[in-house]
Amino acid sequence: MNKNIILIYAEITPDFYIHTVVFELIQKAIELSKSLENPSIELIMLTPQGLINGYKEGFENNGVDKVYVLENEKFRHYSTEYYSKTIIPIIEEIQPEIFLLGATNQGRDLAPRISSSLHTGLTADCIELQINEKGLLAATRPTFGGQLMATIICKNKPQMATVRPKVFKPLENIIKKETQYIYKEVNLSSINPQIELIDIIKKAQTTINDLDSSDIIVAGGKGMKSKEGFELLKDFANAIGGTVAASRGAVDIGIAPQEIQIGQTGKTVSPKLYIACGISGAIQHIVGMNNSDKIIAINSDSNAPIFENCDYGIVGDAFDIIPKLTNLLKQKKYKF
Amino acid sequence: MKILVCIKQVPDTTDIKWTEHNTIQREGVESIINPFDVYALEFALNIKKQCNNVHIIAITMGPPQADEMLRKAIAIGCDDGILLSDKKFAGADTYATSKTISQAIKKFSPDFDLIICGQFAVDGDTAQTGPSIASKLDIPQVTYVKSIENCDEESITVKKESDYGIEILKIKFPALVCVLQQDNEPTRPLINGIIKAQKASIKTLNMSDIELNSDDVGIKGSPTYVSKAFRAPNKRSEKFICTNCNELFEKICQCGVLNNE
Ligand SMILES: Cc1cc2nc3c(=O)[nH]c(=O)nc-3n(C[C@H](O)[C@H](O)[C@H](O)COP(=O)(O)OP(=O)(O)OC[C@H]3O[C@@H](n4cnc5c(N)ncnc54)[C@H](O)[C@@H]3O)c2cc1C
Ligand SMILES: Nc1ncnc2c1ncn2[C@@H]1O[C@H](COP(=O)(O)O)[C@@H](O)[C@H]1O
Repeated sequence: MNKNIILIYAEITPDFYIHTVVFELIQKAIELSKSLENPSIELIMLTPQGLINGYKEGFENNGVDKVYVLENEKFRHYSTEYYSKTIIPIIEEIQPEIFLLGATNQGRDLAPRISSSLHTGLTADCIELQINEKGLLAATRPTFGGQLMATIICKNKPQMATVRPKVFKPLENIIKKETQYIYKEVNLSSINPQIELIDIIKKAQTTINDLDSSDIIVAGGKGMKSKEGFELLKDFANAIGGTVAASRGAVDIGIAPQEIQIGQTGKTVSPKLYIACGISGAIQHIVGMNNSDKIIAINSDSNAPIFENCDYGIVGDAFDIIPKLTNLLKQKKYKF
Repeated sequence: MKILVCIKQVPDTTDIKWTEHNTIQREGVESIINPFDVYALEFALNIKKQCNNVHIIAITMGPPQADEMLRKAIAIGCDDGILLSDKKFAGADTYATSKTISQAIKKFSPDFDLIICGQFAVDGDTAQTGPSIASKLDIPQVTYVKSIENCDEESITVKKESDYGIEILKIKFPALVCVLQQDNEPTRPLINGIIKAQKASIKTLNMSDIELNSDDVGIKGSPTYVSKAFRAPNKRSEKFICTNCNELFEKICQCGVLNNE
């Protein structure tokens, strides 16, 4: 009997870690596989030579049946040309039912290129995946800036979807299963690259990783008015053990860097606590932080939409409230 | 140099109104040019400032009213407009959209150097149409493009912003780029641009003009369909508004995330 293969693209970061979204997708694939007959969870991974042994430990006991390994020195940096031309024929050969990728910059660059070549559909930035009564992938995603949810079905195979990091929870339980590694030959000689990488300027990795892993995020908007306003937020974040983020309103007036923007055109985060200071709560901002466990809003305008999207709020001047909270935190620390 | 800019008319998503059945109210909603496609036009106009002999064509697939949007593009400095319009195109997903657009390009503008798309459209927000067009035309693509570093007859060098940092990439023509927000102030229509726009003859093409049939386009040509659409639920139904800082501080403590608890 044919296998129902769920294939996952194992994205590797520039510093050669497996992207966390891969483990979130594996966990989701395990859930989906319960509704499929004869399922198999498989990964496809493009890496420079000699790294695969380092990754094997990460895949041990997490329910993966097979890993397709494609090794080549050209895979040291992501390139749409090399990656898509390598992956497409392998997918044609494996014939997965479902093919999932992280909705990272890389995934969103690669996925449509592949789906278009394979004449199949692709659902971007899903927030929920299920198998419907007909055994098809029902992929739910936000549209209209997060206001309307749409559940999308794909008529062709593979049924492709991308999922933003941090939307699903990563694997928790150990699943005893032997993972098979299949090494595929890579031949890039027929590809005449049209794109040349001239330079890479790496980001200060800390800000991004911090936002991803932080339990507490203190976000500032245009209401923080100046760089000094953001200094207040930094003090507060230090006192509470959190990381500073921003709305596009703050980025646009130049008081915060784009790297820390949350929202539709920024990052998606899901901390335990999100404190929005001087942020009006536009839908494009909300979609980036609505998965937080608890949201606190500090805003001087009692009609600001952020109050519709918070657990606790306070109406008042952030320049007054934030230093007070910082002090209360410091006092509390002295007690211990 | 011949540049094609793909632009799309979208409902203004910052101003969505709901019917009592929780569906989006379509009447009376203003159509705007997708904000990222405004950036795509700016990107093309920036190339025009830096290079000689640049010819820009704005192209859209949409209803007949989209003609007006193409004229606005001409008013700010584009040279021509192509409108792909046919009842059969309705309901297209990104696969069918990119097939329609790429087929029109093959038929009517195969000698292009660069195609510019917005990074995404705010109604669907898929960011798929650009790469799908590139795939169908078998040309390289660069997404998340922030700015132009350099440009000549054969290539363009751009700055790409990704999750991990900035890349400087040199792309040989023909190619496609998807662009992010541009930093310059949006170009305003010029007086002679407005006159040119009024006089311009927009090339309008239907399905048979681009030699596709009804299985290739619109709903029929789309591998995906929407099985359900619903209003995003508000997850936070029990809100508590504090009256002073101490009260708020207590609520923060109760969240159970502070380190030394
Ligand atoms: C296509 C598109 C994509 C977008 N993507 C994003 C995105 O990714 N992220 C994002 O954030 N936005 C995004 N936006 C922009 C979004 O629509 C809003 O414009 C933006 O979020 C507003 O930022 P803000 O809340 O900081 O500013 P404003 O809306 O100006 O709000 C400032 C708030 O501060 C309050 N305030 C003022 N002074 C004080 C004070 N002293 N104390 C306390 N409160 C005070 C005001 O009452 C107000 O509510 C996008 C828009 C579009 C069209
Ligand atoms: N109907 C259309 N006509 C012209 N260009 C389009 C159309 N749909 C999408 N695009 C282009 O593709 C980009 C991405 O759109 P999307 O894939 O819908 O997020 C847009 O910014 C446009 O440049």
